[in-house]
Amino acid sequence: MEQDALEIDNLCKRFGAVQAVDGLSFAVPRGEIMALLGGNGAGKTTTMAMMLGLVLPSSGTIRVFGEDFARHRYRLLERMNFSSPYVDLPHRLTVRENLTVYARIYGVARVRERIQSLAEELDLGEFLKRPVGKLSAGQRTRVALAKALINDPDLLLLDEPTASLDPDSADWVRGYLESWRAKSGATILLASHNMAEVERMCGNVVMLREGGMVDRGSPKDLIARYGRESLEEVFLDIARERKGATAE
Amino acid sequence: MSMAPILPAEARRGPVRASAGRIAAIALRHVYLLRTSWPRILELMYWPTVQMILWGLVTMFLLTNSSWIAQASGVLLAGVILWDVLFRGQLGLSLVFLEEMWSRNLGHLFSSPLRPWELIAALMMISLLRTLIGMGGAVGFAYLLYHFSIFELGLPLIAFFFNLIFMGWAVGLVVCGLVLRFGLGAESLAWFIIFAFAPVSCIYYPMDILPEWLKYVAAALPSALVFEGMRAVLFDGVFRHDLLWRALGLNALYMALAIAAFMAFFRAARNRGLLHQIGE
Repeated sequence: MEQDALEIDNLCKRFGAVQAVDGLSFAVPRGEIMALLGGNGAGKTTTMAMMLGLVLPSSGTIRVFGEDFARHRYRLLERMNFSSPYVDLPHRLTVRENLTVYARIYGVARVRERIQSLAEELDLGEFLKRPVGKLSAGQRTRVALAKALINDPDLLLLDEPTASLDPDSADWVRGYLESWRAKSGATILLASHNMAEVERMCGNVVMLREGGMVDRGSPKDLIARYGRESLEEVFLDIARERKGATAE
Repeated sequence: MSMAPILPAEARRGPVRASAGRIAAIALRHVYLLRTSWPRILELMYWPTVQMILWGLVTMFLLTNSSWIAQASGVLLAGVILWDVLFRGQLGLSLVFLEEMWSRNLGHLFSSPLRPWELIAALMMISLLRTLIGMGGAVGFAYLLYHFSIFELGLPLIAFFFNLIFMGWAVGLVVCGLVLRFGLGAESLAWFIIFAFAPVSCIYYPMDILPEWLKYVAAALPSALVFEGMRAVLFDGVFRHDLLWRALGLNALYMALAIAAFMAFFRAARNRGLLHQIGE
């Protein structure tokens, strides 16, 4: 059986009196797109930050491609990448300069060709010489995506990848990510508040509340189990701890 | 179009070359920033030049009023220039790190294969470049306006320069660690902390004039030993190897402590989830 891309086992993170992540365990099979869903403060961003080494877990383990992330962090990070609206690229550097810096950090071969190829795929050609700070939100999202794909990662973590995008741009990004995933065979874990996005893109969903997993399954299964019409209704049931919010 | 799979850099190039590539990438990021911003280049040269003019005038006055100064007319100008090596070295390292925090870029950097020590090495490279640019202006003006060449110090200048910049880097690293741990509220430390060392560094006067207890403090500072050594060259034409080795030993100790402090603050920041939250 093929090794899971990501295995989280009893992961906990406590910040003082706040239990941000509480005994989280799940696995993401290779080549799958999985979503972390939950309200604000449910622990999605903290969980992702632990997977990237930005936050130290209080306890529990993270295994990436079968290897202990705590022990082989830097080696594994070469095969990973991420994008988040909470982390920026330097505004005064041009798109090309930013991508060149990150291509070199990730040790990408043939940097110029790689940037050119991403610029064509993500329709960034005309912005390459423009400082990132002078781009629109939609253009910046595409640049952030180009940075996240610069090393052709095997595991891509996306925190709210379409936040602040208009519906047309958001749809384009989703379509691009789906085709990139199909072509590359990479694994994607995304945190999102956009239920339509999750329903469209993800094979599996982990529902979080107060740092713990309250349910998981495919969007279709979850909707059926909760007896609802959409994933958004399931999300609201879980987030608001509505009576009957437990799956039948 | 299908692309050939991208192998991890370390598997393809080996760890040393991969590491060198990452260090060069961070240095390149700041060269990009520097070359597109003339105010930044101007800022690098501004203070050394202003200080040079000011202290040059003081020197001209003292030449006719102090027999001590008259023995070696360049002693104050050399002090100003070398003090700026310490100051620029510390400030350069701290500011380059602060640039990453201001641009909210740390989350990207620390979730990449970039090791903290590689970031530190890149910060030092850029600090060296910034210091050399800054010093270039001051040294040029010193020669043009007062016919004083810092190169009259000869080869010991190299030893003085590197001892001072190492001490600046050690202080700068601690400042970076503090800002990492306590946030941008601590950034003003980058601007003033080094001046706390100025009185006991004995830049413009011999260590002998300090009160007895302060002499012990001064003797523990590489900067004070460098300025004492500088005066020995200028007044007596003697290069004090003993002072050089003591300064180097102290710098090695302080650099090790500074790196340990930075790593401890880095770990504390990871533990508290600060790395992906820091920004303006």
